[in-house]
Amino acid sequence: MTIPNEKPTILLVDDDDDFLFQHRLQLENAGFNVIAAQGRAPAEEILARQRPDVAVVDVMMENPDAGFVLCHHIRKQDPSIPVILVTSVNSETGLDFDLATEEDRAWIKADALLAKPIRFEQLRGEIDRLLAIKK
Amino acid sequence: MDTLRVLVTDDELGMRLGVVRTLRDFVVHVPDVNEEVAFVVDQADSGEEALQQISRQRPDILLLDHKMPGISGLEVLDQLAEMHSDILTIMITAYASIETAVSATKRGAYDFLAKPFTPDELKSTIRKASARLILAKQARKLAREKQQVRFEFIRVLAHELKAPLNAVAGYLDLIQKHALGDRLADYHEMLGRSLVRIDGMNKLIHDLLDLTRIESGKGARRLGVMDLRAAAKAAADTAQTEAESRAIAVRIHADKEVSLLADPGEIEMLLNNLISNAVKYNRDGGSVDVTIMGHDSQATITVADTGIGMARDEVGRIFEEFTRIKNDHTNHIPGSGLGLSIVKKLVQLYEGEVKVESQPQVGTTITVVLNAASPPASCSPLPSGEG
Repeated sequence: MTIPNEKPTILLVDDDDDFLFQHRLQLENAGFNVIAAQGRAPAEEILARQRPDVAVVDVMMENPDAGFVLCHHIRKQDPSIPVILVTSVNSETGLDFDLATEEDRAWIKADALLAKPIRFEQLRGEIDRLLAIKK
Repeated sequence: MDTLRVLVTDDELGMRLGVVRTLRDFVVHVPDVNEEVAFVVDQADSGEEALQQISRQRPDILLLDHKMPGISGLEVLDQLAEMHSDILTIMITAYASIETAVSATKRGAYDFLAKPFTPDELKSTIRKASARLILAKQARKLAREKQQVRFEFIRVLAHELKAPLNAVAGYLDLIQKHALGDRLADYHEMLGRSLVRIDGMNKLIHDLLDLTRIESGKGARRLGVMDLRAAAKAAADTAQTEAESRAIAVRIHADKEVSLLADPGEIEMLLNNLISNAVKYNRDGGSVDVTIMGHDSQATITVADTGIGMARDEVGRIFEEFTRIKNDHTNHIPGSGLGLSIVKKLVQLYEGEVKVESQPQVGTTITVVLNAASPPASCSPLPSGEG
């Protein structure tokens, strides 16, 4: 029997309802607690009350850079929350950024970057990795 | 002010200095683009020297003497042609014969000056050449900008199509993996959600074709005197199913027939977009009031809803392509983000205007004024930069 409190809590932020539905389902199946937020504003409201163990954040939401802004806020509020950025910005804009260089890590306040469409196993792997580091 | 670089190539010092003096304070006004042009003049005393200077710094205009010791002006022209140079060359020649003219033009010269020429003759030739250069430059700039707008449009379109595709692919993947075990009802929900996203893509493509058709100006407009009141009733009928399911009353207000010379297809598109928006962004149990008024060869359509409304800064953005206001109230409302772009383009076709008044949580009123159509319609090609 699992004790609910021991399940890690994932904050899932994306403006696409279906992305939230699908990833909530799979994360819950994999034994996580999931709080879903459909945009930066509702995510900020949740963060004011709750500390997730990991945040998974989409880049383009209310604004093209809403995800980056949210990452900064999470870092400021609690630097111990790992953030995974999920985005299709690279392939769509030709904007090239990743977390390989010190320069990019300085302005992208995220611990991992995943390109959309993401495979669930990939997301799961990153979450497990970041949770292991945190412990 | 723009500056054009002139290289004068002549073995006679007096001729070179004369050109420098004449062009030093000369300013050309290009009326078509309202640009002023001034000149910087460099000198070369031989064809060889000219080619060397050109390889270092490319002039815009080359004043080139025909007959010089060493290589001749015509040989310089040949070499420039080999370099695929687009320098505008004006030949200077003492023997202004038809033969020289033809031979130089064949080799790419733009114009002629017959020696001896007066400062005014020089200025007039330079004026003509400058206007050509500036207009060509302007045309290139416009083409670049247009390409940029087109690129941006396609980029956003790709995003708008990829999001639903990813969603549908995600559901199919979950179904294939039997992610929900044997909970059949949940699979049913995933199929339902997939169908909603596919509908959305269909609507987007449909709207995109509408927008393209209006913007390209292609396809003959079928103009005729039509009754806007009847058209509004038909559009209200189209929205009826969704309105009824949410207990929204759609009412048409018009005392009499309102006639306008118009294309029924375009008017249908306009009214459908306005009325379906008013239903979509309404509250359950709300209302939509469509008022049609006519005066002379003009008609005013007002669509007022009791919906979620918009903040002032949001109102300014809604006519932009693919712009959708994203917040808690709109997250669950599907839309292509093109409906009001279509409305705006249609209103432009009728040389009309569109006005939006809105208050958050109170409602939005959109007023469209249309003038009788004046065929043939001219409009900008897709995608246009405005909006």
